[in-house]
Amino acid sequence: MNRRNFLKKTLLTTAVIGTSAGILLTPKNLYAAWPKAAFDKKDLSGALETIYGGTSRVESTKVELKAPKIAENGAIVPINVKANLKNVESIMIFVEENPQPLSSGYKLTSLSEPKIGTRLKMGKTTKVMAAVKSDGKIYTASQEVQVTIGGCGG
Amino acid sequence: MIIGNKIILIFKKFLFLLIVCFFSINIPVYASPEEDLAEIREYFNNSFPNTPFKDYNNGAYAIDAGLREQWESIEDFPPYEINVENGEKLFNTPFKNGNTYSSCFKNEGIGIRQNYPYYDEDKGEIITLELAINNCRKNNGEKPLSYYKGGDMGDISAYMAYTSRGKVFDIEIPNNMDALDAYEQGKKLYFTKKGQLNFSCADCHVWQTGVTLRADITSPAIGHPTHFPAYRTNTGRMVTLHERFAQCLNQIRAKPYRAQSEEYKNLEYYMTFISNGLEANGPSTRK
Amino acid sequence: MSTIKIRARENNGSVTVKALIKHPMETGLRKNKKTGDVIPPHYIQEILATANGKEVITVYWGPAVSKNPYLTFSYKGAKGDKVELLWVDNKGNKDSKTATVK
Repeated sequence: MNRRNFLKKTLLTTAVIGTSAGILLTPKNLYAAWPKAAFDKKDLSGALETIYGGTSRVESTKVELKAPKIAENGAIVPINVKANLKNVESIMIFVEENPQPLSSGYKLTSLSEPKIGTRLKMGKTTKVMAAVKSDGKIYTASQEVQVTIGGCGG
Repeated sequence: MIIGNKIILIFKKFLFLLIVCFFSINIPVYASPEEDLAEIREYFNNSFPNTPFKDYNNGAYAIDAGLREQWESIEDFPPYEINVENGEKLFNTPFKNGNTYSSCFKNEGIGIRQNYPYYDEDKGEIITLELAINNCRKNNGEKPLSYYKGGDMGDISAYMAYTSRGKVFDIEIPNNMDALDAYEQGKKLYFTKKGQLNFSCADCHVWQTGVTLRADITSPAIGHPTHFPAYRTNTGRMVTLHERFAQCLNQIRAKPYRAQSEEYKNLEYYMTFISNGLEANGPSTRK
Repeated sequence: MSTIKIRARENNGSVTVKALIKHPMETGLRKNKKTGDVIPPHYIQEILATANGKEVITVYWGPAVSKNPYLTFSYKGAKGDKVELLWVDNKGNKDSKTATVK
C-alpha cells in the first residue's frame, strides 16, 4: 500500500465510522486513522506529496489564512483558515521549517463550514501554508511568519 | 572688622547648612506618593498620547497593535481558564478543620484582588494577596503553598483575581512612617540599577518603554500588578508576580530575592500604587 | 474535572465551537533541564467533534500544536444542539465532553 492510499484509507475509515453510528466512535478507531506517514515527513514537499499525491496545487485568494506577521511568541501562534469554496473536504496547515511540516489536518463533513482555527508552535521564521481540498482540487494560501527571540519575555 | 564679619557670615552659612543637612537626614523630604502618581501618569500620557489611561492594564498590548491582535486572539479563549476553574475548586475545598479560604477574607474572598497589597497597621507589614492566602492556610493548620511554578497558589490567585475583574485599584498609603518607608523602599528598588546588565526596572519600563529589547517591546510601568497572576505562554503555566520579579532579575543577571521578601513586597506596594485607577484584569496571558 | 472546556454559540444558523484542552502537547524534542533526558512525546493526535451524534469534523494534530491546545470550527446547526468533543493522544489517553449550543 503506498502512502497516499494509506492516508485515503484511514480518512475513509473514519468517515465510515463517523457516519455509520455514534457508538462506534471509539478512541481506538480514531487512533488508527491518524495520518502518521504525513506527519512523519521532514520536508514540506514530502508531506504534501504524501497527502495529495500528484494532485496539483494552486494559490488562491479564496483561501484566507490569518497569521501574525511577527509572532509574539513562537510557542503559541494563532492561526485561522477560512475557505470561500464549496464542498471542502479537508484543510491542512503546514509550517515549512518545523521539524515536521504538517502541523494539523481537519477533515470536514457536509455539516461543517470551511473555517477553522488553532494555535501552533513555530521554531523559526518560516512560511505557513494552508491547503484546502475542494471538489478534488487543492487551493493554497501562504504567509511568512517571523519568529523572534525575546529579550525579556523569553 | 570686615574680615571678622565675613567669618561670622561664613559661620552662619555653615550653621545653616548644618541645620539643613541635619533635618534632611532625619526627616527625608520625599515627593509624596500622590505626586509620584501624578508625575508618572503625566510621563506616560506624554509618551503615548494615543493610549487611553484605562488601557495601561494591558501592558505592551496597550501600545503595540500587532502584538495586541495576537493577544486578543488568545484572550478570546485563554489557556488560564483551566487554572481559574481549578482555582475555584481549590478555593471552595474545605481545609481539614472544615473552614475554607472564604473565612479568611473580606467579602468571603470574592472581588477583593484590587485591595492588595495593603499595609497592615497591626502587624506592621505589607500584606500581598499571595501572602494572605498562605496566612490563611497557616491559621487553619495547613502547610503553605509554593509561590513558584504556578501550582495551586497560581490557580487560587488566578481565581481570586478573576472574581475581581473590573474593580478599580485604589491602594492607600496610610500616613504612617513604616508604610511610607515601605513605599519609598519599593520605589527606590524600582529605580536602582542591578545585575551584570546594570538595568533598573525603570530603565526598561519607564525610560525605554515601547522600544524593543531584542524582539520584545517593553511594557509601561503602570498597570503591571493589575493583570497578575499571568499565564506566561513561554512556560505554559501561571506565574505569580513575585516569581515574575525573580525572572526579571535573573534576566538582567541580578540575584533575585525570595518571594514575599520585604524587597518584593515593597516593590509590589510601589508598583500597585502607581497603577491606581486601573481596573483589575487578572489573570492574563503574557509572553 | 474534565480536560475540555467548550463554548458553542449559534448565529444565523451557524454554530461556532471553541474548545480549550488541558494537555502538555510535548513534542519529544525537549530535554529535561536538570537530567538532560529527552521528554517523551505526548500530544493529542485526534479529536472527533459531533453534533447530535453526527460527525462534524475530525481533527488530526501533530506535536506542533501549542500546549493547552485551542481549536475552533463552525458548522450548520442550531441552539440546543449537543456538541461532543472526544480526544485521544499518542499514549492512548482520552477524554470527552458534551456542551449545549447557546
